[in-house]
Amino acid sequence: MRRAGVRFGARWIWRHVDLEVGEGEFLVVLGPNGAGKTTLLRSLLGLLQPGEGSIEVLGHQPRRSRRQVGYVPQKRTLDGDLNVRARDLVSLGVDGTRWGIPLPTRTRRGQRQMVDDALHAVGALDYADHPVGRLSGGEQQRLLLAQALVTKPRLLLLDEPLASLDLQGQAAISALVGGIARNGGIAVVLVAHDVNPLVGVLDRVAYVAGGGITAGSADQVITSESLSRLYRYPVEVLRDSRGRVVVVGLEDRDAHHD
Amino acid sequence: MTEASNFSWNPVVDWQELTGHAFMRDALIAGTIAAVVCGVVGYFVVLRGLSFAADALTHVGFAGASGAALAGVSPIAGLLLLTGAAAGGIGALERYLRGRDVVVGMILVQALGLGVLFLRLSSGYSNQTYALLFGDILALSTHDLVVLGVAGAVAVSAMVAIFRPLLFASLDGEVAESRGVPLRGLAIAFLLVVAVAVAAATQVIGALLAIALIVAPAASAQRLCSRSGLAILLSVALALLITWVGIAIAFWQPYPVSFFITSLAALTYGASRAVFWLRSPRMVASRPRLRRQEAI
Repeated sequence: MRRAGVRFGARWIWRHVDLEVGEGEFLVVLGPNGAGKTTLLRSLLGLLQPGEGSIEVLGHQPRRSRRQVGYVPQKRTLDGDLNVRARDLVSLGVDGTRWGIPLPTRTRRGQRQMVDDALHAVGALDYADHPVGRLSGGEQQRLLLAQALVTKPRLLLLDEPLASLDLQGQAAISALVGGIARNGGIAVVLVAHDVNPLVGVLDRVAYVAGGGITAGSADQVITSESLSRLYRYPVEVLRDSRGRVVVVGLEDRDAHHD
Repeated sequence: MTEASNFSWNPVVDWQELTGHAFMRDALIAGTIAAVVCGVVGYFVVLRGLSFAADALTHVGFAGASGAALAGVSPIAGLLLLTGAAAGGIGALERYLRGRDVVVGMILVQALGLGVLFLRLSSGYSNQTYALLFGDILALSTHDLVVLGVAGAVAVSAMVAIFRPLLFASLDGEVAESRGVPLRGLAIAFLLVVAVAVAAATQVIGALLAIALIVAPAASAQRLCSRSGLAILLSVALALLITWVGIAIAFWQPYPVSFFITSLAALTYGASRAVFWLRSPRMVASRPRLRRQEAI
């Protein structure tokens, strides 16, 4: 992104943004509610046009490279009555944009292999034939990840994938996405509320606040001063005996705002 | 309905009796077209949570048909025209209308009111009113059948063409949009097909009851089958069964076809819920067991 900005009507969500994500890099996007984190993802998808500057994804305009971008939108829990096979939901990631009905051809068999590979990569093969509505939040999140990964994208955009998961689930999904970025060479842009479960796996942090976006390494951004400035709320960064970083204060704040 | 025939328990004789009259053959053909279209379309109506919007369309169809009668054109033309126009509007505004039951409800009653006005202006209350509201499958003309057949063929072809993107958009709209699926265009196209299904079902069981044929077989199939393609085929099969059996029973009984079709539809849905419940006892049984383990 070069000098990019997005606005709705006369109001700029953010502007003068310079941001770059490298291959295999894990970028976590933080910021208060309504600061434009989802807007950032939507502009990377080409669903929003920049009002100024330019946005390039994988060397092209966002719309032209969308087959190489995997996207998991902010999650709503799927209806418990939704009786559709998990496997079919992932399969739509491959051919959901094609017209007509699927026919039993050789490409179709190849597609089944692709779907199995993606399900295997996220550890969801066990419930591949279960109805989606019957799966837990974490299981559904894995499925949506598989759907985003099935076309072997080079950029993965995840909007709040850790919301509505318990601590164990958050850790599992964070580790999973970290592995995907590192081992697959896939660039990951992940929007999060709470940086804690991601501290061990992220490479860089971008924070969206006050009409701008600033990026930096984890060490630069995850400090008491910068996070407090970002959220305009006292936040403390602590290190435990094993050197792990814990951010304190955000949980309360989110509870007040949501 | 007929005095000449009695049910004989001999399938061959009964079949000959059933199809021996031209009006019965026409009724079975119309029922078949309606069942196929409604079975296919209904799956997505249920999946997209559009049952109420589809019901509103049936009432708009009533206004269209009675308006056409007032203007002296064929009711089925008016039916298709007005439901088509309303479907285009609802499709364009679908995002806005989702969850706004009050708005849809107002459209529904206003359409019904207009239909009543048109009927009074044209002929007063009559057999025609009854046919429009509750269906009169035995009174269809050849012209109606041809229009129905062509519209049905177009509708089913359209559904085949948009099947995958529509499924993608219905299950996962945001991701589909990010991949370039035209959500609004699909919503409009789909609702136009719903309009055809509504018109077809209205011919068979009337505007007030049409929704039964659209929703019940599809909702049952969706409970019974988690593979979309198979579920749609099952939905069509159930719709055909309901329609044919309904028409057949009404042939030997003095009561209206619409009553039997709607009753069978409700029965089918109830049965599908029962089967669904019986097939998933593990979910119910495992919960208390888990809790007991936790307690220990």
